[in-house]
Amino acid sequence: MLRGKRGEPVRRALRLQFEVGKFYGARRFVPVSNVHMMGDIEVMGDGGLDHLQRLAQSGARCRVPITTNARCFDFAHVERLGQDAGEAAKERRLIGCLREMNVVTTDTCINYQTVYQPHFGERLAWGDTGTVIWANSVCGARTNFESGPAAMAAAMTGRVPEYGFHLDRHRRGTFVVEVATELKDFAEWGAMAKLVGESHQSYFAVPVFAGVKQAPVADQLKHLGAALASYGSMAMYHMVGVTPEAPTLRAALGGRRTGRRMRITRADIERVFAGYRNPDGSCNFVVFSGPQQSLLEMKQLAELFDGRRVHAGTTVLVTTANSVLASARALGYAQKLEAAGVAILEGVCVYILQNLTRMRAANGWTNMISNSAKIVNTITAHKFNTILRRTHECVEIACTGVFR
Amino acid sequence: MRRDRLHRGIPVSAASVTIRVDRAFGPVVEGEAVVSDEGFSPRYDLDRWSGVITRRGHKLEGVNIRDKILFFPTAKGGIAAGWAFHDIKAKGIAPKALVFGVTNPVMVQGAVFANLTITEGWSRDPRECLRSGDIVRVDPAARTIRVLKRAQ
Repeated sequence: MLRGKRGEPVRRALRLQFEVGKFYGARRFVPVSNVHMMGDIEVMGDGGLDHLQRLAQSGARCRVPITTNARCFDFAHVERLGQDAGEAAKERRLIGCLREMNVVTTDTCINYQTVYQPHFGERLAWGDTGTVIWANSVCGARTNFESGPAAMAAAMTGRVPEYGFHLDRHRRGTFVVEVATELKDFAEWGAMAKLVGESHQSYFAVPVFAGVKQAPVADQLKHLGAALASYGSMAMYHMVGVTPEAPTLRAALGGRRTGRRMRITRADIERVFAGYRNPDGSCNFVVFSGPQQSLLEMKQLAELFDGRRVHAGTTVLVTTANSVLASARALGYAQKLEAAGVAILEGVCVYILQNLTRMRAANGWTNMISNSAKIVNTITAHKFNTILRRTHECVEIACTGVFR
Repeated sequence: MRRDRLHRGIPVSAASVTIRVDRAFGPVVEGEAVVSDEGFSPRYDLDRWSGVITRRGHKLEGVNIRDKILFFPTAKGGIAAGWAFHDIKAKGIAPKALVFGVTNPVMVQGAVFANLTITEGWSRDPRECLRSGDIVRVDPAARTIRVLKRAQ
């Protein structure tokens, strides 16, 4: 491949992988069976679109099943959100290129809840940090953070350099987090992740959660993982008695002796919530996004909003995957949300929406309130002041217009 | 504190400062150092149209990264860096090099894709032996960073 026998695009893809592998001291390549990539016009820019167009024209094709992450446009909402029509046209071209290259444009950051559930030990090349930490931690599959060009390279060559979380030695826990309180709402799981992630920022830090009294459900693990990846740049965690590589604390640490422990108490969690400031008292932008909502989250939101109305002047955005929205419509959840005045966006994530900074200014949104600790972190580049609140508190704020 | 002492009390000649790095990729570059106490994400911290760090409260808020050699203790968050470096390079606002204490594969993949110099791991903490404005040379093949000229 490096000599170009399978064409120039494949040669260049392997070259990229080779250099990254060399950087990390990888000794070999390993085959992958599934790829998930991030590629939207907001993140790729014109340079990225040019690159993809050249690739597609040169005949480059993906040989491993590959899906796409959330993107920056829901085409049904471009006008309503005041997004740029020219950029939307580029996004359509980009999607066309990807499909030409054999990419399945699912536009979801919850592929693990909607498209593909990897098995234990399966090797992947997934992008979007939330998907990676899910695969490594909950499934026991093996992947590094594979960004757009790297994921695309993996789909073209069918392999990745073996470093990082493909190797046993990096999958062992590096410190212990004793969970001394029961966590309920998604925001509480996210709050714990913020505390653990911020204080241990490193890709190779692997927390081991011990003492969890009630086994979490999938959506709680989703919020925990997404926020750990966001605040800590982490790609894996263990939870003793819950995740597959942590039947015991000893097994999770893999023989490593660790003197580093941290403890999460109820007071710590409450301090996170108390730590957010609302300088101007406004609360007209409430978001359920980052990651996209699962069907069960849609059901919960439909129940909380049922029979209520979003406060006049407040915008509530919910994002989900196309497949989830279809089910939510068939089951009547989407109608309940829309009747309450909630806007449901499909195939996107709020923090990557094209034109978000100007959208914020045009709508007078200074604060963003969400139950997702991840988006509370990621959206700040758009100069939002962000506030984490529990799911029912977000709904209450959305419907009353009163901040609490 | 330590930095103040180095620069005010004990003169350190430029030639005496060499930082060895653990891993490196890219061409040799020379340029003005920007030394940060805080980690970095091109997604969360950077306005990718102007090249200015815009995240509220970031220790480098308001700094333009164009043509700079950036020293960050850590990399933060997201997958976006994979495309972002290529994008900001195409827009002409890319830094010359990224020097990390600890980084993640996304930064490395993104830098390799954009052919941007990147290093990880350092023998001396740049916060203790460099300051923003110093002119430095990053040599990935030799895995060294040398100070060429001190900031005035």
